[in-house]
Amino acid sequence: MTLTALMSAATETIETAETGGFMDGIASFFTDLGDSFYENFIAEDRWMYLVNGLKNTLLITILAIIIGLVLGFLVAVVRSTHDKTGKMKFLNFLCNVYLTVIRGTPVVVQLLIIYFVIFASVNIDKTFVAVVAFGLNSGAYVAEIVRSGIMSIDNGQFEAGSSLGLSYSQTMISIILPQAFKNVLPALANEFIVLLKETSVAGYIAIEDLTKGGDIIRSQTYEPFLPLVAVALIYLVIVMLLTRLVAKLERRLAKNDKR
Amino acid sequence: MISVKNLNKSFGELHILKDINEEIKKGEKVVIIGPSGSGKSTFLRCLNLLETPTSGEIYFEDIDITKTSQSEVNRLRQKMGMVFQHFHLFPHLTIRRNITLAPVKLKLMSQEEADTTADELLRKVGLFEKADAYPNQLSGGQKQRIAIARSLAMNPDVMLFDEPTSALDPEMVGEVLNLMKQLAEDGMTMVVVTHEMGFAREVASRVMFMDDGRIVESAEPEKFFTNPENPRLREFLSKVL
Repeated sequence: MTLTALMSAATETIETAETGGFMDGIASFFTDLGDSFYENFIAEDRWMYLVNGLKNTLLITILAIIIGLVLGFLVAVVRSTHDKTGKMKFLNFLCNVYLTVIRGTPVVVQLLIIYFVIFASVNIDKTFVAVVAFGLNSGAYVAEIVRSGIMSIDNGQFEAGSSLGLSYSQTMISIILPQAFKNVLPALANEFIVLLKETSVAGYIAIEDLTKGGDIIRSQTYEPFLPLVAVALIYLVIVMLLTRLVAKLERRLAKNDKR
Repeated sequence: MISVKNLNKSFGELHILKDINEEIKKGEKVVIIGPSGSGKSTFLRCLNLLETPTSGEIYFEDIDITKTSQSEVNRLRQKMGMVFQHFHLFPHLTIRRNITLAPVKLKLMSQEEADTTADELLRKVGLFEKADAYPNQLSGGQKQRIAIARSLAMNPDVMLFDEPTSALDPEMVGEVLNLMKQLAEDGMTMVVVTHEMGFAREVASRVMFMDDGRIVESAEPEKFFTNPENPRLREFLSKVL
């Protein structure tokens, strides 16, 4: 059922309602919707396209988040160490190149290059390619978020750590990073929400993610409305759940701010 | 214990410390006073290398800390406690964890030993009931007492104080100074940068006056306050006393 069809069904409902057959109109509207629902999701187990797509989307997102976090923290530590102490010149240079390239090019292009150029000669799992591509991409953004968090911590915290005899890395790990992480949590959550939605371009290398799943149903039933709206709703629900989860975590971490 | 030779420190064009030579002996309580910008804090921060000297030598327990490795510097810093003007407690940790973090991370104590030490120190500074609170729940005076306890947990040979009462409400200055007096009576070697003349007179074994990057007068408090030689010091004292 197309949007126009749905609209005309609705208009019909109203018209029949006006002419007195109110219940008939409502009934026919819902019958049409029900038919469409059956056609798009139940027939031939088409709902499985969405379920499998969702599985792939979540798998890619979660693994990419892990890669992004690890990579981002490492790059952030290298960059802020260089900013604070002037050491690690070469590593800092590499990190800058990485950040510039990743942030300067679209994620779809990165995905295509990694799939068709870098892994061209090897037969490799497409999902793995997507995880690498989105992980590398997210790492660059996480790095800058975490670096801003590290730089926001008062230098006195470093000095207090040093004056107790802790080494730079001990101070970083036990004193600076926990505070920085708490400060940047909202920005990190935002990055992961963006990442979840960005994985919708995985279809470019023929991965059947959630978006692709909805699109396959559309191409089979020639009805774009229900499959695409369903896809959008699923993304929306996941993002809302994620937002809730982060709010909970923020509240837990904020307990030492109470006065 | 600490011996400073021809110490110079510049920030770019600004020459902050000019050829300082100084000897601090075990058990001494040295109080450094002087106008702002005279280099007192920079001098103190050079002693544990929070500032890297431009030239000169600093010996701590017979090791030149300006020439030694970073890991050796870290080891020596364990023996030099430092208390800051703005406390710099770790806001994400409870008071107890603030005190136990360094000894445990540096593998000097197990967590249980460190907890016992922390409880003893908290009783000593009179804040045992705050062990499980977070720094933000404390007043300025309480924070500074915890900061002192945190330094003491490392069992230091010398304590450096960088204007420990300057950021406190007037009514909280007393509790911190009393704790410092108690430390002095226990025989701790102390180097204190402060504006508290009463403390200098009462507790110091020696008072130093710094002006324009130099130590221009150094004497016992009695002589320092009643019979100052340097004209700049006389002018300074006439303003602050």
